[in-house]
Amino acid sequence: MKIIVIGNGMVGQKFCEKLVAQKIAGLELTVFGEETLPAYDRVHLSEYFAGKTVQDLCMKPMSWYAENGVDLRLGDPVTHVERAQKTVTSFEGTQFAYDYLVFATGSAAFVPQISGVDKHGVFVYRTIEDLNLIWRHAKIAKSAVVIGGGLLGLEAAKAMLDLGITQTHVVEFAPRLMPRQIDDGGSHVLTEKLKALGITTHIQKNTAVILGNETITGLMFTDGSILSTDMLVISAGIKPRDELAKKAGLPIGHRGGIIVNDRMQTSDPSVFAIGECAVHEGAVYGLVAPGYEMAEVVVHQLSGGAKQFSGFDMSTKLKLIGIDVASFGDPFITDEETRSIVYHDNHKGIYKRINVSSDGSKLLGGILVGDAEAYNKLQQICVNQLTIPHAPSDLIVTPGNASNDAGNFELPAGALICSCEGVKKQAIEDAVVQNGCESFDAVKKCTGAGSGCGGCTPMVKDIINATLKKQGKVVRNVICEHFAYSRQELFDIIKIKNLHTFDAVLDALGTGDGCEICRPAISSILASLWNDLVIKKESATSQDTNDRFLANIQKGGTYSVVPRIPGGEITPDKLIVIGTVAKKYNLYTKITGGQRIDLFGAHLNDLPLIWEELIAAGFESGHAYGKALRTVKSCVGSTWCRFGLHDSVSFAVRVENRYKGLRAPHKIKSAVSGCIRECAEAQSKDFGIIATEKGWNLYVCGNGGSKPQHALLLAADIDSETCIRYIDRFLMFYIKTADPLTRTATWLNKMEGGIDYLRNVVVHDSLGMAAELEAQMQTLVDHYECEWKKAVETPELRKRFTHFINAPEVRDPTIVFEPLRAQKKAAEW
Amino acid sequence: MDKNNWIYACKATDMPHNGGVCVQYGTEQIALYYFTHRNEWYATQNLCPHKKQMALSRGMLGSLQGEPKVACPFHKKTFSLKNGQCLNDETCSSIKTYPVKVQEGNIFINIETLLTPHSSTPIEYEPQ
Ligand code: SRM
Ligand SMILES: Cc1cc2nc3c(=O)[nH]c(=O)nc-3n(C[C@H](O)[C@H](O)[C@H](O)COP(=O)(O)OP(=O)(O)OC[C@H]3O[C@@H](n4cnc5c(N)ncnc54)[C@H](O)[C@@H]3O)c2cc1C
Ligand code: SF4
Ligand code: FES
Repeated sequence: MKIIVIGNGMVGQKFCEKLVAQKIAGLELTVFGEETLPAYDRVHLSEYFAGKTVQDLCMKPMSWYAENGVDLRLGDPVTHVERAQKTVTSFEGTQFAYDYLVFATGSAAFVPQISGVDKHGVFVYRTIEDLNLIWRHAKIAKSAVVIGGGLLGLEAAKAMLDLGITQTHVVEFAPRLMPRQIDDGGSHVLTEKLKALGITTHIQKNTAVILGNETITGLMFTDGSILSTDMLVISAGIKPRDELAKKAGLPIGHRGGIIVNDRMQTSDPSVFAIGECAVHEGAVYGLVAPGYEMAEVVVHQLSGGAKQFSGFDMSTKLKLIGIDVASFGDPFITDEETRSIVYHDNHKGIYKRINVSSDGSKLLGGILVGDAEAYNKLQQICVNQLTIPHAPSDLIVTPGNASNDAGNFELPAGALICSCEGVKKQAIEDAVVQNGCESFDAVKKCTGAGSGCGGCTPMVKDIINATLKKQGKVVRNVICEHFAYSRQELFDIIKIKNLHTFDAVLDALGTGDGCEICRPAISSILASLWNDLVIKKESATSQDTNDRFLANIQKGGTYSVVPRIPGGEITPDKLIVIGTVAKKYNLYTKITGGQRIDLFGAHLNDLPLIWEELIAAGFESGHAYGKALRTVKSCVGSTWCRFGLHDSVSFAVRVENRYKGLRAPHKIKSAVSGCIRECAEAQSKDFGIIATEKGWNLYVCGNGGSKPQHALLLAADIDSETCIRYIDRFLMFYIKTADPLTRTATWLNKMEGGIDYLRNVVVHDSLGMAAELEAQMQTLVDHYECEWKKAVETPELRKRFTHFINAPEVRDPTIVFEPLRAQKKAAEW
Repeated sequence: MDKNNWIYACKATDMPHNGGVCVQYGTEQIALYYFTHRNEWYATQNLCPHKKQMALSRGMLGSLQGEPKVACPFHKKTFSLKNGQCLNDETCSSIKTYPVKVQEGNIFINIETLLTPHSSTPIEYEPQ
């Protein structure tokens, strides 16, 4: 059977994949592509500007075609089809015969007839070639205009921003943005969101002329107003590529497109059309999922299957990071039988509308702007005609109901979950039950679900969990596939079994070979339990890279050096040493937010040399790389400050020296303020101490970071010794019971009973373990040694700080710095 | 495989356990790993395709359902040590892998694939 495919775009390629999988004997498959690249992922085209390469975007490498016997002819478009003789002729002039012909010619950008569209600096947004042209021009452009405020136009506008063009405008002819997907209310909210991003929108503007001599200088609208610009991207819709089919005498829809029936056949039974060039029942589908479905239908036709095309759900979601816009079902209906419920929060910029049947039982469609978390769920309810809650408004307003919990809504087994790959709910459940796929990655590999646009990922995960639960499998809080225990359980067992290395723990309690999740988690437990040197040969490689080389890895592969400066107090002599060392090794220096000095840009090979000099001057490791105690900040306190109640610096130095080197589930920070004015910001720390008339107030579980949280008062007016004892207990209790990578604030938030419970344990010793906790802490404190000192003094350890094992003196030649003010910085990646 | 394509890397005793080192070969950088827990040796390119960082030799070793892998220290993309495929991000390119052999405590890497183009080499496509 000789099959010719015209067009090697997304749909044409999917067709080849599906056809080849049928393993039809005697199949001769020839594909003509007009573009010079093999089919690539147009849906993610914009990511090309964000660093994706052509290779990344290609759907299959060239080798795939050869391996599967597909004769791929790129850069050679078909120019004639002689249906009577069943042959095609290509641009290069060769003639090929077919038994079946498949048009997959896609569409081109629709360019309205505006005078001046041929000027320099005017582009469309469809192919990699287009993007290359845009890229080149963007280098000299300061402003850009996109004509078309639809899905694609907005994506193009965002791409202009990503290219560094700060003045970006969108011009839309209709009275609102995304006129085919959302209503006026949604458009208003969207306009505000775009404004915040830096995109200015102009609605109801009809472009009359493109201004400029050779190169565009601006647009003039029919209302006489002018918008200056250095470049223009036209994204006003698509136009099916039907010119070749038309020439071959095939019927064309009145708005373009090759007319097909439910079998995707044209008027000629041996000629099919699929993807964006086809019109089915008057509709052209400008999305990839229906195109894939059409490809599947034709494969069925050719291999004896029965599948037909019966239209496709056109629900869509805009894929701009930070801007949620989605519409599903019929977003606009307003007839007698329909009621609309609208939720509009101008303050947060959220607009939601759902259309429900007048009896309140069915969801017919809707619009989500500003918060589209419920999109997957609502779309599924709509498509599958599921019964909705008594108060339909719960679907969009009840807090906590916003998740895509597909389990709650018992979707039918046939519900289409991943429309890109056509995966149904049943297939996901089967993968879990029959093939033992228990993780998202496993299911993705097995079924393909979630490998397209990724939008269905949360739903797939919910279905996996729900299926596991149904099978009686508990979804446990285990750390990874290698250990069926939580961190707290591991902590206790490792201690009881007296295990000291990762491999010993793995062999005794785990399976497999460990991974980047359990290795550092267990290394942290081992360090907290025994305080052994983290870079011993058996342990080093199970530490996170930062711990393995006792420094934070930076962009480009250099490291930072942060010597400990307890309490932020430093002598002039030590300052001079830091300056001298930084100068000698050409390091960028900066005062950190933690009252110390960070030296950036050190080559791996130089680390021991740098530390040797610092240690000789009395410095120690600052553990800036470890999940360990970082800094104890201080304010100047009573020694100098006229308000100071106690000597906060001395106490901070004491506290920092006591807990330095202490490894924990996450980093820990502290501060001591000399009075309630709180200049050391102690209430934002994991534990913070503030001087009172009578002693110290101890606060715990504060956090800066992305979710700031104030620390809570644990004990008031206590003396220094009591304060230290409470901190000992608090920290040790945290180390024993917290999950990996959980800061004290999150740990407390999850703790039943909250701060009262914690106070009972720490202050009132409700668990009767206070003495034990204190003793454990004392052991760790007694075990402390500066790991950098150990590393520079031990030749065996020192040897490890080289880039090339076979050229120890050579530094990584690929490291590049750029000048920055009087210093340097890492080159951009 | 041509015996001339084997290059000497280092002594087995120089290697960290369950970890990697970087081997220089001309202007190329090859990451060599000793997966002690499995008693296996692997070699791959040192360049992480994600942000083009010379870092894989400093990555952490592990396994995913039995498949040995290395995790890049920068953003934890993981790659199969057997076929170089990225295991947790389909959009990320694969890395090159090289055969390794141990002879009398000396480690050799076969660089044949380094000398011939490989389908998974990331091609830099710069707009003209
Ligand atoms: C250097 C410094 C910024 C500066 O120039 O001032 C810094 C730099 C980094 N911070 Fe920070 N943080 C620095 C003070 C802070 C502070 C302020 C403070 O400590 O008073 C905070 C908020 C306070 C807090 O932690 O609650 C802070 C909150 C974070 C977070 C968020 C933690 C959270 O709980 O959400 C991270 C991410 C993490 O740890 O997972 C982080 C992570 C990082 C990392 C380690 C990111 C990384 O993995 O590469 C940066 C490494 C720099 C390096 O290579 O040396 N950094 N970071 C500061 C070093 C302080 C020091 O002397 O040790
Ligand atoms: C920037 C952008 C973002 C998008 N985002 C999404 C999205 O988020 N979701 C979604 O579902 N869809 C999206 N789309 C649409 C999606 O890419 C298309 O629906 C899909 O590519 C259609 O596939 P196709 O094979 O029909 O057409 P195409 O991918 O256009 O392929 C047709 C190919 O045929 C070639 N051709 C034409 N004539 C000939 C000839 N005579 N001889 C040989 N070859 C010929 C063309 O050069 C082209 O390479 C997006 C499109 C763009 C441009
Ligand atoms: S705030 Fe972010 S960018 Fe700045 S140092 Fe901290 S982690 Fe790095
Ligand atoms: S550079 Fe390797 S994962 Fe990002």
